[in-house]
Amino acid sequence: MVAREFAGWIAASDRAKKGMHMATTLTINGETKSFDAPPDMPLLWVLRDILGMTGTKFGCGIAQCGACTVHVDGKAVRSCVLPVSAVESRAITTIEHVGSTPSGAKVQKAWLDAEVIQCGYCQSGQIMSAAALLAATPNPDDADIDAAMAGNICRCGTYVRIREAIKLAASGRQS
Amino acid sequence: MNAHNSVSRRALLTGGLTTGVLLAFHLPLRAAVNEPAQKDATDGKFAPNAFIRIDETGRTVLMMPQVEMGQGVYTSIAMILAEELDADWSKVEVQHAPPSDKLYANPVFGLQATGGSTSIRAWWKPLRAAGATARAMLIQAAAAQWQVEPASCTAAKGEVAHAASGRKLGYGELALAAQSQTPPKDVAVKDPKDFVLIGQPLKRLDTPDKVNGKALYGIDAILPDMKIAAITNCPVFGGKVGKVDDSAAMKIAGVRKVVVLDDSVAVIGDHMWAAKQGLDALKIEWDEGANAKISTKDIWEDLRKASEKDGAVAKSTGDIAKGLASGDKFEASFELPFLAHASMEPINATVHVRPDACEIWTGTQIMTRVQSEAAKAAGVPVDKVIVNQHLLGGGFGRKLEPDMVIAAVKIAKQVDYPVKVIWTREEDIQHDVYRPVYRDQVAATLVDGKVSAWKYKIAGSAVIARWLPPAFQKGIDIDAVDAAVDAPYDFPNFQVEYVRAEPPAVPTGFWRGVGPNNNVFAFECAMDELARKAGKDPVEFRRAHLTKNPRALAVLNLVAEKSGWGQPLPPRVGRGVCVQPSFASYLATVVEAEIDDIGEIVLRRVTSVVDTGIAVNPDTVKAQIEGGLIFGLTAALYGEITIEKGRVQQSNFHDYRVMRINETPKVEVTVVKSGEAPGGIGEAGVNAGPPALRNAIYAATGVALRRLPIDRKLLAVGKKA
Repeated sequence: MVAREFAGWIAASDRAKKGMHMATTLTINGETKSFDAPPDMPLLWVLRDILGMTGTKFGCGIAQCGACTVHVDGKAVRSCVLPVSAVESRAITTIEHVGSTPSGAKVQKAWLDAEVIQCGYCQSGQIMSAAALLAATPNPDDADIDAAMAGNICRCGTYVRIREAIKLAASGRQS
Repeated sequence: MNAHNSVSRRALLTGGLTTGVLLAFHLPLRAAVNEPAQKDATDGKFAPNAFIRIDETGRTVLMMPQVEMGQGVYTSIAMILAEELDADWSKVEVQHAPPSDKLYANPVFGLQATGGSTSIRAWWKPLRAAGATARAMLIQAAAAQWQVEPASCTAAKGEVAHAASGRKLGYGELALAAQSQTPPKDVAVKDPKDFVLIGQPLKRLDTPDKVNGKALYGIDAILPDMKIAAITNCPVFGGKVGKVDDSAAMKIAGVRKVVVLDDSVAVIGDHMWAAKQGLDALKIEWDEGANAKISTKDIWEDLRKASEKDGAVAKSTGDIAKGLASGDKFEASFELPFLAHASMEPINATVHVRPDACEIWTGTQIMTRVQSEAAKAAGVPVDKVIVNQHLLGGGFGRKLEPDMVIAAVKIAKQVDYPVKVIWTREEDIQHDVYRPVYRDQVAATLVDGKVSAWKYKIAGSAVIARWLPPAFQKGIDIDAVDAAVDAPYDFPNFQVEYVRAEPPAVPTGFWRGVGPNNNVFAFECAMDELARKAGKDPVEFRRAHLTKNPRALAVLNLVAEKSGWGQPLPPRVGRGVCVQPSFASYLATVVEAEIDDIGEIVLRRVTSVVDTGIAVNPDTVKAQIEGGLIFGLTAALYGEITIEKGRVQQSNFHDYRVMRINETPKVEVTVVKSGEAPGGIGEAGVNAGPPALRNAIYAATGVALRRLPIDRKLLAVGKKA
């Protein structure tokens, strides 16, 4: 994502000229990233507008839809309401890197095997929630799936296949 | 990033692919960032028409005249072209077509638009012809080289073969020679029995990049020097900006500029957080104008009054007056609310206005209209507007409008850098182009347990009159009456009328399922009430009126079997049925629902059977029905936009609810084999959910609901509608 870093660099250098914000350091996808941002800035906008990582999506801004879901220390959280200052020194994983975790890779593959996706805009968040679920609960039942996934809205209505794909990923019966 | 960055996800794609083909495709849908507009480069390629580009390596790029917003159309359109071209599917790539009505107008609209479940219906014939003609030119090129008759050659999987001599040439090797061949006229297309791709549940081409964050939607555009803008539109419909005090906003770190337009204010910042905080810090006095008092209550009163007028007659068979004069009479009216689209990708557009040009990055259902409207707003000629199309994070009809691009151009005109204008969810919900309110009236008579006369009158906004004026003729909105004039039932005396009634100031537009949403709801609710009046089972009653409609009857019979229709159910659990021909597809649906003592609804099971004619990709057909049902059921359970003091009262997913996974029932969809021409499929499921659920509630409780969304208060034990 070199091109994306470029945009982030421009934004950061412009802010530096205005002489504001404190340097923030985050560990994202195993890499250390330093940048200037106001401490109350939600992680979502840091990822998208400063670091140029657009896989994490904006959907509602009030933690109602789950499109912005990322992992913080392996747990699914909504980055649209998470101040960046709250996650310094924590391990952040985004959709761009979740495939490198065992549960994330399983979920991504199951999502394609079951052909879950339609428009796909919510699916970054769905996959992050499902990967966190499987990491904590390797064989979820329907109630586990409901509890873990009810915070993620899909307007295309792919829920039937999301449930099927989570079970497929858990079963280890993937092709 | 390279414009044709290889997406090598072989490992992910080998599984589940029924044809056994290893799919290694390039999908340049994620590379618009920091790239000039994608050019349709034809030099050195076999480019026989606007859709097919084959280079010397055999790489086959198919230009997509319709946009991908989740409906799987990039894959199904590619399948149609590749089928007749006999392309090697593993070498097929798809690319967004540039804006051009001349080359890519949807034949249904005469405009490069994606909507109304028309993509496959509109393009089935022209794309098959385009593929077959290109294939014939490749065969001609090979035959000329081998000095044999073209008729003695065959093509398959991207190669031309001459069986007699055992010679073969790949399409890449033939590309340059094929380019100089004269296109033959009236090339025969394949007999459907020879299809190798069409009818297969092939894996979608767009989904691998949607599991890893690489797929690019309009909102993901990033450009050098780009800034982000947040916008607030006047909260009152039609209102204007009065005074703006931006002193506090300009003090916020990262805020760059405040842009005041006629009816909206935008704050440009280094990032969305600064822009949004800047917006919150503005002190804006709005000139609320003439609409500051409108409310949905008044709009409904006006609509009810208007609906009493005689309508323009869209269809009339038999003698409606005579038919209504005798028999057992039934009258009911059905009311449907304003709805927002609420695509998961909030409204956005990125624009760079340069001295001599205007460049746009967005996902739109109307590329050429966006281009021409942007030209007007930017004050540049149309050919100086570059539109970079993106994947759409849902469209549902909202992106058949150019308003967000026009506003973004006006904002970008005031700065010299590119600006990405993002609407918050609140702006997205409160400044939509809404599905209109409709009032549908049914007057019918029963004679000997069957419908003798059926008069249907729909009153509501004429979206067609605004969106495609030439299609609005004789006072009839052809969309609003679409599934009524094509009603499946045999009624001896039948009339369909339309009354145009525009709500004041509220912009109205297409919403997934469009006109048939109203028609199917009114027809199927009324059929259930008439069945009860006649003392008949709802499925049996419908069958008696479908004797002349074998496709509708067949899907109804199969859904009755698959849903366990007629089998005993516990108290307060009911099954409801819906039959419809919409978008030239036949769909029958049974919803099974439980209604608890306080009126809350649990969806237990949904069963649908669809005959869409030839299903280009049957798994996509299934997925569209599944998702459409959820979309429609969401509207029935929750969907309503209300207006007070000229303002929309809902704002986000907490008060404009969308069904969640824990509320989702089992959904079983069966796609029947059919040799008929393909029908539309992206919206049919949406039509079915509300009436089937309403009829399940009617069966479970005896309450005949006449309005959406479902009012739970009417369903508590002991209540009557």
